[in-house]
Amino acid sequence: MHASLPDATTLIGRLAEAIAPTLTADTYIVGIHTGGVWVAERLHALLKCTQPLGTLDISFYRDDFSRIGLHPQVKPSNLPFDLEGRSILLVDDVLHSGRTVRAAMNELFDYGRPAAIRLAVLIDRGGHELPIRPDFAGHVVDIPKHQNIILSRLDDGHLTLSLA
Amino acid sequence: MNLQLTEDGKLHHLLTLDGLPRAILTQILDTAESFMDVGEREVKKVPLLRGKSIFNLFFEPSTRTRTTFEIAAKRLSADVVNLNISTSSQSKGEAILDTVDNLSAMHADMFIVRHSQSGAAHFIARHVAPHISVVNAGDGRHAHPTQGLLDMFTIRRYKGAFHNLTVAIVGDVLHSRVARSQIHALTTLGVPEVRVIGPKTLLPTGIEQMGVKVFHDMEAGLKGCDVVIMLRLQNERMKSARLPSSQEYFKFFGLTPEKLALAKPDAIVMHPGPMNRGVEIDSAVADGPQSVILPQVTYGIAVRMAVMAMLAGGTA
Repeated sequence: MHASLPDATTLIGRLAEAIAPTLTADTYIVGIHTGGVWVAERLHALLKCTQPLGTLDISFYRDDFSRIGLHPQVKPSNLPFDLEGRSILLVDDVLHSGRTVRAAMNELFDYGRPAAIRLAVLIDRGGHELPIRPDFAGHVVDIPKHQNIILSRLDDGHLTLSLA
Repeated sequence: MNLQLTEDGKLHHLLTLDGLPRAILTQILDTAESFMDVGEREVKKVPLLRGKSIFNLFFEPSTRTRTTFEIAAKRLSADVVNLNISTSSQSKGEAILDTVDNLSAMHADMFIVRHSQSGAAHFIARHVAPHISVVNAGDGRHAHPTQGLLDMFTIRRYKGAFHNLTVAIVGDVLHSRVARSQIHALTTLGVPEVRVIGPKTLLPTGIEQMGVKVFHDMEAGLKGCDVVIMLRLQNERMKSARLPSSQEYFKFFGLTPEKLALAKPDAIVMHPGPMNRGVEIDSAVADGPQSVILPQVTYGIAVRMAVMAMLAGGTA
């Protein structure tokens, strides 16, 4: 583990504290597969959100599909509520180029027209390629382009961050 | 060398299910599962194949298959062109490869091919430029891989798994490209017992070598089955004196509620369509509670979306 990478659980706690004052009864949490769903599940529990949790697999909306093809393990998106006029809190583990978030927003709009979308990420690692910035970030750090931050889930369910 | 796979083992053409590894079949079924909800959303489309041109090349008439390929391509945001060639250039004597070359010059990305000659899709796949994919939508008596896949998808949806099933395929196996694709897929996916049931004149000799059990008595063959797949009896077969009459056929091999009662109580009944009611299947069964014939059609869209998405990606 990289010395400067913080503990994932601590970061999720920090994120929940920042989000809590802004949460309304009409806020729906949606996690992006796979890491974003793990973070979203934790936030959903910590914030005692009463609305169902949504999950998105953005494989069908990626802008690099013609180049690299379909991800071999696509998971179904599951949005068990009507998006129309709702406030969405979109959750991902790492914000890098911003392309995943763009794809996720495109997908959300194919389900309906939300009133607002806010973005929460565990880590904003820099290297943005699109005008997309998080509303909530557990941690902001500049990671060199050739390196990746990876969120993993251990067998006991514990989340941990590593550099690769 | 397998024409269907790239050097790194990805699907490039879909021509037959014979020889495709279980991992690829499972990947297609899993991907289809993810496409299932697209048809129920506000916008019934995903942008995956935006800008791609798909040509439905039908040298033989078809309604269901062509329509579901067309809907599948449109739900992937592709541009679709339908050509019923029996009524256009073929009657002017244009060779099949000239037709393909002309359409390739119009920047085709994928051909969906239906032809009465076995091997037609392979022939086209060997000829086209490397960036073009070919999907076999039925060639002669040889194969109908997307039908076989949608049947597997249907079975998995209703039965959950393959490893504990007994599946019977009933009827005109001899002339059926659907049956051949089903048998390849069922055995690859690990179904322990695949049965074929039909009169001697409609079962190919040596079919046991495909790993199936042969029954000429329908009552015996249906006992304990989890899945009963009925095949369409082509009326032409009656003329060729392989069968005495459609009434006679119905008596011995038509699926009635009484015969279905011999299968497991929760057995499902499938049919690739179009059905001959009162010939291979009784309306009471076709429209009954155990029939999953219409869900098969719906699932066909998701399965064809999965195949086209897997073929069209990563080619730029």
